[in-house]
Amino acid sequence: MLGSGIIKGMVETARNFVGSYIDPARLTTVEYPEERLLPKENARQFPFLLHDGLDPDAGLRCVACQICEKECPPQCILIVKDPVKKPDALGKMQFQPKVFNIDISVCMSCQICVEVCPFDAIKMDTEFELARTDRFGGLLLTKRELTKSNTHFQKIHPIDAAIVDGRLAADKAKAEAKARAAANAAASTPPQNS
Amino acid sequence: MSALNLLLGIVVLTGAVAALSLRNLVHCAFASIGAFLGLAGLYLHMGAEFVGLVQILVYVGAVGILFVFAILLTRGGGVEERPLFSTSWLCGVGVAGALALVLLSGLFKGADPSDPAASRPSPTLKQVGQRLMVEDVLALEIMALLLTVASIGAIVIAMPEPSRKEEDPT
Amino acid sequence: MMEGLREFCGMIWKVLSDQPDPKAAFLPLVPEAWRVEVSALLSVLPILMVFPALFALTTVLERKGLGRIQNRPGPNRVGPAGFLQFAADGIKTLTKEDVVPRAADRVLHFIAPLALVVPVFLTFSVLPFGRNLVPLNLDAGLLFFFAVGASTELAIFMAGWASRNKYSLLGALRGIAQMVSYEIPLILSTLSVVMVAGTMSLPAIVDAQAAGSGDLLSRWHVFTPWGFAGFLLFLVAACAEANRAPFDLPEGESEIIAGYYLEYSGFKFALFFLGEYLGLFAACGLGITLFLGGWHAPFRFMEAWVPSYLWFFAKLAGLVAVFIWVRGTLPRVRMDQLMNLAWKFMLPLALINLFAAALWHFLGSTPAGWAITTGLLVVSYWSLGRILMPPGRIGRRVYRYAGEGPA
Repeated sequence: MLGSGIIKGMVETARNFVGSYIDPARLTTVEYPEERLLPKENARQFPFLLHDGLDPDAGLRCVACQICEKECPPQCILIVKDPVKKPDALGKMQFQPKVFNIDISVCMSCQICVEVCPFDAIKMDTEFELARTDRFGGLLLTKRELTKSNTHFQKIHPIDAAIVDGRLAADKAKAEAKARAAANAAASTPPQNS
Repeated sequence: MSALNLLLGIVVLTGAVAALSLRNLVHCAFASIGAFLGLAGLYLHMGAEFVGLVQILVYVGAVGILFVFAILLTRGGGVEERPLFSTSWLCGVGVAGALALVLLSGLFKGADPSDPAASRPSPTLKQVGQRLMVEDVLALEIMALLLTVASIGAIVIAMPEPSRKEEDPT
Repeated sequence: MMEGLREFCGMIWKVLSDQPDPKAAFLPLVPEAWRVEVSALLSVLPILMVFPALFALTTVLERKGLGRIQNRPGPNRVGPAGFLQFAADGIKTLTKEDVVPRAADRVLHFIAPLALVVPVFLTFSVLPFGRNLVPLNLDAGLLFFFAVGASTELAIFMAGWASRNKYSLLGALRGIAQMVSYEIPLILSTLSVVMVAGTMSLPAIVDAQAAGSGDLLSRWHVFTPWGFAGFLLFLVAACAEANRAPFDLPEGESEIIAGYYLEYSGFKFALFFLGEYLGLFAACGLGITLFLGGWHAPFRFMEAWVPSYLWFFAKLAGLVAVFIWVRGTLPRVRMDQLMNLAWKFMLPLALINLFAAALWHFLGSTPAGWAITTGLLVVSYWSLGRILMPPGRIGRRVYRYAGEGPA
């Protein structure tokens, strides 16, 4: 009969209408500023720089090798080398960046900088509330704003961080073993007396 | 003659003149609709409620829409370069003169508006209906039949003719 | 001065407490020359205030209701539970730039929103809102309603044509075709009421539905077979006249963006929006007056202690809620479906309903009258649905993807 489908549809919408008041589980909307979904493990927004320890300058992993600057497709990274060297996590003297800027209004979140970095010094952040009142200066992030602790990385990407930390620890252990072996060798070899 | 009467008269006349003299067809249509509205206002002002409302319903609501719809479906709606006065203006003047003569003769034969005894018959809707549906019902039915025939004829003319194609394969 | 204020308050109290002739004590205080104008103003101003306020409230409630139908909370940010959303929307539309396209016909583009809103406001003037609240008691009130309402089509054409935009023009074409088609069933469905009540005056039609001295129930027209069928026809036709979903083809966003008011912004857009909703309210008000007993309460004893206008507005709210519910349920119809429904189903059914009303006029509320008219309407509804609107033979749709073998 003509119109039976309309009645069926009206009953369905009425059920939804009443049901949304009775059963709050029906409302799937997450009311954003008050409620938040937990960030996804593999979410990525814009890059940040990692540092070990508590001091962001002393523990900065970046050695200003400028690979990321050259690889960046939209050319949003600017690095200026500091002539003053500092020791890295392994105690080796390395260069450090004097200026490290990323223009996130240009960045396209491709993660290539992360892929090419041989030092695990740059990773993708999950921070997304980046609205600024100044659209040029505000979106140009400097070294100070970009540098975040390794514990932050462990918090936002636990699986990745475990792999990276393991690798770095292994490298460090290897380096230490090598240093110890060298020291032992130096100790076992009698000093050449003239 | 009250100020309102004068104003409505001016609206009707300007509408009519604009409908004749404007270049843009759609503007002409709207000018004539304005004239129709002014006429309806005159009827209402004179107390002929039914005629005034039917004037709006039929002329503004139906005839006006028909004008603009026909313009919409047939032309691009652009301004057309054509002489403002038709070549057959003599014929038009003749028809207009004859119509004016008939209307004026009716006006002079009718009741004197200054005569208070004969002024303003105010028929109620019920009287109009009684007259239309009981006393003059035959005329109404004939009109209805005529209109039905006209609309069926219009549909027949507008229908595609598939049979002719079969007869004539070329 | 003090006396004027006191009488003014007295007049408002008389309106609120449903007493006859509320202006009687106040008007003699006004100078003789202005009396007509002041009296008209006192009738017009409440309409100009109440219905736009209702429009504002409806926009919020509609969005919240539609949200709930889709299991969303709806607007809930501005003000308590989002109820001040209309204020935010209003401020936003009023402060927007008024853009007129360069190629537009400036005069008609400017007149169009006014030509829509003014007639819609005029239609309210004949509706009886309460026992003593009839702004204009015309002998041909129904005719006035339709005559004035018919000129909104012109406004739509004006807007669509003056914008010089293909989408606007298409929207206007669709709008006019739809409104002309649905005006016929709309008027025919109301004619049955005119035939039975024997008058075109809206207050008199309301009086015809009053409960007699012995009845408990009111004699609303919707409680008769022809009245019920007429009411349903009226609702569908009014929905199409108001360009509301599922008949919102003239502004179908998925095909023609916004139809005839595509090139309007700011205040003019707000006027179109207002006009559309006021048109809906007016149509609902007419439906209430003709079929749902106007300002009468469903039971006779209730009329004593609830003011009459509250019944009218309660019914109005109910009908508007039904329209919102329908909008939340039905998808937009196609153009051919729209025309088929109007010409092949609603027009014949409205004519048969007119015939049923004529039978009722002679048979009266007897068992024979009930049986014959009900039978006639049910059989014609069923057979019209079968013969003229056959259900399409649509089987289950089969999807075939690339690489799934030969087509």
